[in-house]
Amino acid sequence: MSEVFDRIRDEIAKNDVLLFMKGTPVFPQCGFSAAVIDVLSQLGVKFHSVNILVDPDLRQGIKEFSQWPTIPQLYVKGEFVGGCDIIREMFETGELGQLMKEKGVTLATAA
Amino acid sequence: MPMAAEDIVALIKQGIPDAEVDIQDLAGDGDHYAATVVSPAFAGKSKIQQHQMVYGALGGRMGGVLHALKLTTMAQKP
Repeated sequence: MSEVFDRIRDEIAKNDVLLFMKGTPVFPQCGFSAAVIDVLSQLGVKFHSVNILVDPDLRQGIKEFSQWPTIPQLYVKGEFVGGCDIIREMFETGELGQLMKEKGVTLATAA
Repeated sequence: MPMAAEDIVALIKQGIPDAEVDIQDLAGDGDHYAATVVSPAFAGKSKIQQHQMVYGALGGRMGGVLHALKLTTMAQKP
């Protein structure tokens, strides 16, 4: 499993905003992943995504790495922020936009 | 592989003894639930930690036999 963990660490280090998801942003294959894509789009955040469906090792590995049993999972600047429910809740309260700003992530949202 | 709502509630209460659990079967298929868990044990913990406590109480079923559980956690009722 350590090899998978290394790959995960590497992805997290390379990408300021990283989403582990089912499917792709254009073609999400799960409603929860789609919901997070929707939030990130509304915020105007540039993000990188990893499709865990095409990689069984990664699919299991990310759950153990984050100690989180479900996908999607969002990382911002190396920190695990949460899954779908938390992301949606944080978006609605404005916390997510705040967190992105605090972490120095550029938001392209129109006013 | 669906799971009964009362089993989910029982497991959460077993893991977090003072928890109040309100559960809804979203799709009526025994597979997509929404639960609100209120417990003083959540006080001072981050959302991630709170959800991890609930997942811990479910003992590995989340993401397995339990496909979808939309979680809302809070230390006290609003």
